Amino acid sequence: MSEEVKKKMIDANELRDKYLREGMLPTIFCNGCGHGNAIDYTFWAIEELGLDMDKVALASGIGCSSRIPGYINADGLHTTHGRALAFATGIKAANPDLHVIVFTGDGDCTGIGGNHFIHAARRNIDMTVILLNNFIYGMTGGQLAPTAPIGSIATTAPYGNIEQAFNISELAKALGANYVARWPISYPYQPIKSIKDGIAKKGFSLIELMSPCPTAYGRRNRLGNIEALWNWYEENTILIEDYEKIINYGTEEEKNSIKEKFKIGVFQDVDKPGFFGEYEKLVNMLIEKDDAKLKGGSQ
Amino acid sequence: MKYERDPERIRRVLGDKVQFIQGDMAVTYGAVLAGCSFFGGYPITPASEVAEGAARLFPRVKATFIQMEDEIGSIGAVIGAAWSGAKAMTATSGPGFSLMMENYGYAIMTETPCVIANVQRTGPSTGQPTLGAQGDMMQARWGSHGDMEAIALAPSTVQESMDMTIESFNLSEKYRHPVCLMTDGEVGHLREKIVIPDEDEMELVERVPATIDKEQFIPFTDSQTQEGSKVPDFPTFGTGYRTYVTGLTHNEKGFPATDKPPDHQRLIKRIVSKITDDREALTNVEKIELDDAEIAFVTFGASARPAESAVRMARKKGMKVGMLRMKLVWPFPRKVVHDLSKKVNTIIVPEMNLGQMVHPITEYAAKDCEIISAPKVGGEMHLPDELFEILEGV
Amino acid sequence: MKKEIRICGFGGQGVILAGFIIGKAACVFSDFNAVQSQSYGPEARGGAARSEVIISDEKIGYPRPTGVDLYVAMAQEAFDTYRSDVRDDTVIIIDPDLVPKHDIGRPLYKVQVQKIAEELGNKIVTNIAMVGAMTGIYDLLDKEAVKKAVIDSVPKRFTDLNINAFEKGYEAGKNARPE
Repeated sequence: MSEEVKKKMIDANELRDKYLREGMLPTIFCNGCGHGNAIDYTFWAIEELGLDMDKVALASGIGCSSRIPGYINADGLHTTHGRALAFATGIKAANPDLHVIVFTGDGDCTGIGGNHFIHAARRNIDMTVILLNNFIYGMTGGQLAPTAPIGSIATTAPYGNIEQAFNISELAKALGANYVARWPISYPYQPIKSIKDGIAKKGFSLIELMSPCPTAYGRRNRLGNIEALWNWYEENTILIEDYEKIINYGTEEEKNSIKEKFKIGVFQDVDKPGFFGEYEKLVNMLIEKDDAKLKGGSQ
Repeated sequence: MKYERDPERIRRVLGDKVQFIQGDMAVTYGAVLAGCSFFGGYPITPASEVAEGAARLFPRVKATFIQMEDEIGSIGAVIGAAWSGAKAMTATSGPGFSLMMENYGYAIMTETPCVIANVQRTGPSTGQPTLGAQGDMMQARWGSHGDMEAIALAPSTVQESMDMTIESFNLSEKYRHPVCLMTDGEVGHLREKIVIPDEDEMELVERVPATIDKEQFIPFTDSQTQEGSKVPDFPTFGTGYRTYVTGLTHNEKGFPATDKPPDHQRLIKRIVSKITDDREALTNVEKIELDDAEIAFVTFGASARPAESAVRMARKKGMKVGMLRMKLVWPFPRKVVHDLSKKVNTIIVPEMNLGQMVHPITEYAAKDCEIISAPKVGGEMHLPDELFEILEGV
Repeated sequence: MKKEIRICGFGGQGVILAGFIIGKAACVFSDFNAVQSQSYGPEARGGAARSEVIISDEKIGYPRPTGVDLYVAMAQEAFDTYRSDVRDDTVIIIDPDLVPKHDIGRPLYKVQVQKIAEELGNKIVTNIAMVGAMTGIYDLLDKEAVKKAVIDSVPKRFTDLNINAFEKGYEAGKNARPE
């Protein structure tokens, strides 16, 4: 173990002491679950950005990943299933000084909450959505999620999933979200950078983290032990840049080999105006007009 | 954009003190006057004018209006804004009110102050979008799953639509509870005179913020600063209290206590009794010609208007008829209804539904008082003549 | 005293605004109570539309009209549709150009309000000319109160046009006799 890594490990413990909420531990997460890493990555990003935790507001819906705000020592609104982004929109509206971070899962966000996601992204509301995609409804025991690849076994798809999977990052990109990235949670650094960039970005950010669920997904889909499941992401993902290269210049064989893989990386990084910024401009324009009228009238 | 209530600007934006406006618009006026700084809504007949009014007026008082993607999102955003410190509201009608029920329960469970105006139309389902009704009275009372208490007001006039919106905010702030303003398509679309109160003619209640030391603060328990109050002090997001708010059964610290019966009992009993303890103080009724009455209408909202006309007709003919109008329908004014039932021989309950408020009235009336349900459905109010006929039949 | 007024026409003619102005004149610029209601729905997109105003010196309970004391029609279809409860003593005012088939076997007031508006250069103020005619014919509201309500209810840049329409309509109303 290098000195640098050792240093980082010590720092990681300090970080946990600094940001974890006392009294809520242990977490509900199973052995081999990826969600704990998301908490760590978020701590690193917050630490590097130097955010004041009194000005961080978290929101979440229902599901394993939606329990995360409980473990972070900040204001947190653990809302109803699928609705976190609507609540978060209100949180941000009434106090724009707050850094609003939403933790959600694939069922919560792409299933029951799909419509709120679409519109929060379309309005480019200034918030950071950390979506933990584990292909399954984990908390309730392994029902089929909209993100599950075709053929996935779930308690409500006992003969294998026959539905097309939801590609939420591509959707967010199409909706014009300012920042969109997808990483396997097994990647140690890229998620931190993306969370950091997402929080720093004005506008809507989606960071989709592919998180293994050994209990409800891996086991049922015979993806092997925890280690094998974590390695699954290595073999089934491809960097966007590599993907484009192969599509443009690769052989047929190479093209076929990547067809089923998940693209990972930064899907979008732009700076379009968002709802609240534009609304404030509108307000200022109207106030100015009203005040001018008042002055004109009193002369 | 941070909101600060600016009374002068508000009065300037609202315009003349005396106006002739629709009931829906009066709800918007009430919200603006109360210092509501966030409106999240979705268009629905006959409530759209409330949102349209907010879209027009809110930006001019530095408040936020957003048309959300649906009614679930609307109330979600309203609750979120409330946690950031805003007085927040939404307005809807039957189908939208149904969609809001889950988060209505969330607001109750998390003790979030907010206002939901329901401009009632007939139902179930899409019903008669343009016509008024009072068929959601029980939905306001019982709409969420689980155990709950409700606070709901029912305006009969355009003036009351404005005044009771302010009152709805006051009650929601005082009790940290979502308050339903149960107006209807008749009053909502009616134009009448309103007199806009001046600043010194209005009483505004503000929520009690958490002020005590952060280490000592307990977010979901009796107030730590208001002696005798079961309403916890409010730890506005962003003020450093770092509160965890969940719709799960939670202990006094706000942490999930899903497998602990005593925590659930303590929580639910407190969030219900914080309201029912004040039942008598909250009771708000209008009494018309009741002193010597032998027959009384007991009614609310739009239905009180033809009932009052019927009372006048009856009095002209020397009949001893009066009316008790419930301005606040939930929590149910048990005592005043019971006392009335001991004085009069007959209570008639006109309402624009198949008979809803007649149930609590029957439950709390003296057993020897005759209760006559006078329901009317179809989207029309009772005619005064129809009610007079019922009086003649008694 | 309680008077029930029905103003009808086709969607887009401004019958709602006409009712609104009468109601406002009664309760904001005079000491009466007033309520105004309207048919709501497809009418806003064309077809027959109506606006109803109740004016009273007592508190108005039931807010919908139970009869009609003054019936004003600005379109044939509306005149035919909403006339069923007109009584013998109901005052009827129509624009004969807009309601050509108005021979119902009883006298009524005929005022060419659309012509007045056209002579002022804009058909859009037909409704305001009718408000003027109503005020001149039906002895209920003070002319100045209605005029104030007109000024208060129309866009500022069209104040003069509307006041002219109101005055001309009022004059025509004053001179009209039931025929």
